[in-house]
Amino acid sequence: MALIQISDLHKTYHMGDVEVNALCGVSFAIEAGEHMAIMGPSGSGKSTLMNLLGCLDTPTSGAYLLDGEDVSRLDGDRLAAVRNRQIGFVFQQFNLLSKESAVQNVELPLIYAGVPDRRERAMAALERVGLADRAHHRPRELSGGQQQRVAIARALVNSPSIVMADEPTGNLDTKTGLEILQVFDELNDEGITLVMVTHDPRVAERCKRVMRLVDGEVVSDVFNHQEAAVGDLI
Amino acid sequence: MSLMEAIRSAYSSLMANKSRSILTMLGVIIGVASVLIVVAIGEGLKTDTINRIRGMGANLLTIRPGGGDEGWRASRPGRLTEEDVKALQEQARHISAVAPVVQTNGNAKYRNLSHTTGVVGATTVWPKVMAFEMAYGRFLTTSEERARSRVAVLGQEVVNELFYGRPLIGEFIRINGVPFEVIGILSEKGGGFGDPDDQIVIPITTARQRLVGDADLRNIYVSAATEEEVPEAIESIKQVLRRAHRVNEFTEDFRIRDQSEMLATMTETTSQITMFVSGIALVSLIVGGVGIMNIMLVSVTERTREIGIRKAVGARRNDILAQFLIESVMLSLIGGVIGLSLGWIGSEMLGDTLGWATIVPSWAIAVSLLFSGAVGIFFGFYPAQKAAALDPIECLRYE
Repeated sequence: MALIQISDLHKTYHMGDVEVNALCGVSFAIEAGEHMAIMGPSGSGKSTLMNLLGCLDTPTSGAYLLDGEDVSRLDGDRLAAVRNRQIGFVFQQFNLLSKESAVQNVELPLIYAGVPDRRERAMAALERVGLADRAHHRPRELSGGQQQRVAIARALVNSPSIVMADEPTGNLDTKTGLEILQVFDELNDEGITLVMVTHDPRVAERCKRVMRLVDGEVVSDVFNHQEAAVGDLI
Repeated sequence: MSLMEAIRSAYSSLMANKSRSILTMLGVIIGVASVLIVVAIGEGLKTDTINRIRGMGANLLTIRPGGGDEGWRASRPGRLTEEDVKALQEQARHISAVAPVVQTNGNAKYRNLSHTTGVVGATTVWPKVMAFEMAYGRFLTTSEERARSRVAVLGQEVVNELFYGRPLIGEFIRINGVPFEVIGILSEKGGGFGDPDDQIVIPITTARQRLVGDADLRNIYVSAATEEEVPEAIESIKQVLRRAHRVNEFTEDFRIRDQSEMLATMTETTSQITMFVSGIALVSLIVGGVGIMNIMLVSVTERTREIGIRKAVGARRNDILAQFLIESVMLSLIGGVIGLSLGWIGSEMLGDTLGWATIVPSWAIAVSLLFSGAVGIFFGFYPAQKAAALDPIECLRYE
């Protein structure tokens, strides 16, 4: 069974009187251990899809099975629990708490999970991204690349089923961006499932699967640079 | 999220904005401090009054002219005369002494010092009935009373004002221009208003001749034979005076108060004043609460992104609600504790200037803390609720 199974997902926003169809019947599956990029121009619905996949939002219609559980109809608190257990986020803006140290930032998901030995686990996660020596620095004392590593450690600390990255290199220079992508590659090699939203082709290039969205529909979904029909995946 | 974790996080976020936190607390600080000071003054005054009335002895009965009302003022006019005193001495039972008193205000002078005070014309039994001891010298004698001698016994406060506290027995002072020899000094009873130490006692006969003329008696003080016989003594006095004044129980033109009644009236009055003023002070505590709400609303807006991050990594509604609620309760509680300490210090300092010891009762401490905690919850709830209801996606997009 696939880690993520999505069928006929719709998302409609109401902007005043106007209805905006951000997603119009998207269906696909993601297996455990995949390394996938979602691409598309702005307004294509990729952010909406990312929010749905990350359980930050619920679809207007359609089904979303995450690890066998239907998460498309959960309320806010249940979604929060699913995010806490199953999903790690890496954002373009890093989104670290500026008043807390690196290790305290990494601990944050563990606090809400009520885990007892969180300092050890947070340190282990920082070590994994090569930042153990910066554990007690505040975000503003760290470079952009280091901050993004802290964010990655935070995404990993709860051993989630899947890590979602939204333009993770968008705020970094090319060299640092490559280093961060290297970190992601290594994590994927260790078996972590990755989904990245990007419009940078160099990011997409390194992913094993690239899906393209236009106007809320999947227009292509390619494995190892081979075109495959969307329908075949389901 | 554990409570300890929440408290730690609330504390660090308050410390991150120190000056703002302190300004926000100011309302609560002032509110709690003023409530505490008012209560401390009131309680102190109450205790002082009780002690003073107790100091007069539990068998003291006070007969006042005029009747018909339960309060301090009389609705029916009446008079107390020397005949009444005589009648009481001869006929009333269960009593041990009768002390009639005339009273006026007089100006006492010694060399170039002067002091305006109450001048009491009394008889020889006065110190026994009023439970006064002599500190120096002696009290009036029967022969002095008969001879209308110009002799005076001073209260401690008068000694302080005229003699700089020295016990100058045998010196002469002038009361409204009339020279009097100081023969004794009363021992101190402790201040307050209607200060019992601020008076001069002279023979009642001298007072009539020199100061008040043939005015009515101000009061007649009576000592019941024992504390247990107070009710019988009151009953007996009533019968004697009714007969002397030719009145019945409905047209009585005098009132008799015992010390317990006096206590009840005085403590009730001070309690009412205390309640009223602390009610006003409480309003500033509520204003302080509005200040907290205002700042918490600002804080929620400022920290929208933080709320988004916390929600994204798994914070539930109640986690966010608790976080902000704990912050506002912490603000108001810390404010409450600071207010308590300031109020305590303030009331101690006031006590020194007021002349009676202020008392901070433990219930006032408990109530202040509870109330400031409640203010934090009440005024923190709306902002916390607002934070908890935010949508994580909106928050993460917020610049």
